[in-house]
Amino acid sequence: MYGEALSMASHCRFHDTLVRRNGEGMPSIQPLLNQDIIGTLEAFADTIVPGAKRNAEDRAVAGVVQGPGAVAAGALELLQTPATGLSDSLEEFADALNGHARLYAAAEPADADSAVPPFVALSYTERTRLVTVLTAPGHPERDLWVSLALFSNMAFDTGAHLHTADAIAAGHPGLAALGFAPPSDDGQWRFPDFSYGRPLARLHPDTTPSGSLA
Amino acid sequence: MNATEQTDVLIVGSGFGGAITAYHLAAGGAKVTVLERGPWLESNDFEHDFLLGSSYTRIFDFTVGDGMSLLGGNCVGGGSVVYFAAMPRAPRFVFDRTGSIGRRMWPAAISRDTLDPWYDVVSEALPVTTQSWDDVSYAGGLFAAACDHAGRTANPVPTAVDNSKCTNCNWMMAGCRFDAKRSLLLNYLPAARAHGAEVRPLHEVQKLTRTDDGGYRVHYNTIDDTDYRLANGSGVIEAKIVILAAGAGATPVILQRSAADLGGMPHAVGRYFSGNGERLNNAVINEERARDLLGLDRGDDIAYLANQIGKGPVVASWDNLDGTLPEHSRFSLEQLYFPPGFGTILAQVPDAQGPSWFGAEKTEMVRRWRSWLTIFTMVEDDNEGVFGPPPPTGNAVRISQQMLGRGPISYRPTANTLRGWDESDAVVKDILERDGLARVTPWTNDVVGAYTVHPLASCRIGDDPHTSALDDRHELRGHPGIFVTDGSAVPGALTVNPALTISALAERAIPGIVQAARERGVDVSYGAPTPDGGTAGRAGVRPQLPLLTRK
Repeated sequence: MYGEALSMASHCRFHDTLVRRNGEGMPSIQPLLNQDIIGTLEAFADTIVPGAKRNAEDRAVAGVVQGPGAVAAGALELLQTPATGLSDSLEEFADALNGHARLYAAAEPADADSAVPPFVALSYTERTRLVTVLTAPGHPERDLWVSLALFSNMAFDTGAHLHTADAIAAGHPGLAALGFAPPSDDGQWRFPDFSYGRPLARLHPDTTPSGSLA
Repeated sequence: MNATEQTDVLIVGSGFGGAITAYHLAAGGAKVTVLERGPWLESNDFEHDFLLGSSYTRIFDFTVGDGMSLLGGNCVGGGSVVYFAAMPRAPRFVFDRTGSIGRRMWPAAISRDTLDPWYDVVSEALPVTTQSWDDVSYAGGLFAAACDHAGRTANPVPTAVDNSKCTNCNWMMAGCRFDAKRSLLLNYLPAARAHGAEVRPLHEVQKLTRTDDGGYRVHYNTIDDTDYRLANGSGVIEAKIVILAAGAGATPVILQRSAADLGGMPHAVGRYFSGNGERLNNAVINEERARDLLGLDRGDDIAYLANQIGKGPVVASWDNLDGTLPEHSRFSLEQLYFPPGFGTILAQVPDAQGPSWFGAEKTEMVRRWRSWLTIFTMVEDDNEGVFGPPPPTGNAVRISQQMLGRGPISYRPTANTLRGWDESDAVVKDILERDGLARVTPWTNDVVGAYTVHPLASCRIGDDPHTSALDDRHELRGHPGIFVTDGSAVPGALTVNPALTISALAERAIPGIVQAARERGVDVSYGAPTPDGGTAGRAGVRPQLPLLTRK
């Protein structure tokens, strides 16, 4: 099955590239990403936090839910931020993901679709299965795919490529979906109303004046 | 001519173990140099901002290991700057734990009774204060009410927070810009500097070597202030005494890397690591049930919807901290807040049809984030963690410019630890799912392994040389003049937040360190008051000084 094929597939070159770059602390050089790379990474981010298609022709976003997901929240902008440490490896990420998608498609044939990269050609269910395998305990590339998932998630849940106050003012869809409250006028958060203000449980009988147990 | 820089006492790290020792030794007259690998931020630098590169990522490290991920401070002030300032004392039974070695793992000299005077000293210094129900956030109140509904007790947790300054912003992990959190930047560190201690940020110690006269050379790299993957220089300082307080995720790594020059390390260096048995559960509260069952009302007919509001953990339930229960069945439960990102990715969908931690069902759950309640569990784990070979520099291969790295620790929870987690998960579920109040799931351990915000025990004190790296006065076995005073010295999981215990142990270690320094010709004395001059705790610790300064 695909899992077995995957465990035999070697992507050491990709892994080594990422570790070597980071280990040596190479200055980040922003590669120009072509549409296939962008589409592949968008499809990955959309697998982590799915959203609605941006238009009728949208292939990268599977459109399995209503409302915006990681792509609309800025996943590609975040991934291209040098601070992530991933930004100069995105082409390798996309290539590797498409390599896995080719293996997956070969193991579990679906309708051939060469108009888009192999990962984008997968259905949402297939993408989900593949990402589940790639991020599972024991997978040799797990760190890499977990990292990509982590930042895809952060794009939605925190908008980490933006100042948070600006993101909220601009209606960042992830922070809006969470219901993250806006800051005060000075950009700081304060909650003057924060407490029910009454005892809500009995204290442990061994509580001492220090507040700890005896 | 010897051009190498000299100091009396070189301290690695500026968190609790470093700042407390720096203060006392500087106040006692020693020349003290503190090397901190992280940056130096002050109150106005702490930002309410998730943007990568803001204070949140500058001062915080997330080190992913094999089966265990460590979260901790990376800045002047260390963990005290990023922590949630919950400061309970360890329960009495903790000091009698036998853990994985089948006999008492704490030194015979330390019990709750002998540590209480040192707890008092730290509590006076920071200070640590009790909280009233008026200080308790909605999330803490909800947890307390749920505990009460389940027939349990719940306590406001003692904290090092000045509630008169607290805005309940819940940005504690990014540093407190309101000076409400009583971090070390407000007490021990400025007091140490007032006595001449020098604190150097962005200095990452790599290893120690020996000098001809029995002292130590401390080798460091200087680190770029934005991209921590880059070193922009290096240097050496010679010291008569070295205190390692780099944190339980880094101290053993420095010693492992030093072994080739210093000679063999005690077996326990880099072993017996404990994640403090930590575990998180996530509840999604049914707002209607919270109102009807628990009678909670914020006004405007809102029962809760307050995940974002508060100040970390404010209420704990301690009914399972019962010394008559068997080891690994004792644990505390604490309401907690983690910001989105860390606080959302590992949360799992109850009864997920597809993947539990990502995908459509997860996104739907995230849309109810305001109704989330996070419960933090601290069980007794089995000291399973082991550090592999050190990375080329530091304690991790950094992936991102800041925060995210890959570390050498591996951790495979034993049946004991798993039992503790299972039993505590069941209690959390019982409390919060009772009568339909919420749906509860533990965070997944399948993405980054288990996780801890309180790494401990990787270079621990004890009486047995085979299972402890340090003697009961925190001196490294076989390497006189090297002391360890951070969380790595704590023998095992504490079932509560460990910062007060780490601090009390650091205070307790100082008389012995002062004596060792004097024996090496340093003109230093012991007996400084608290950083702001308090002396109430002195009388309590005085009877222990002869033991701690024995020859």
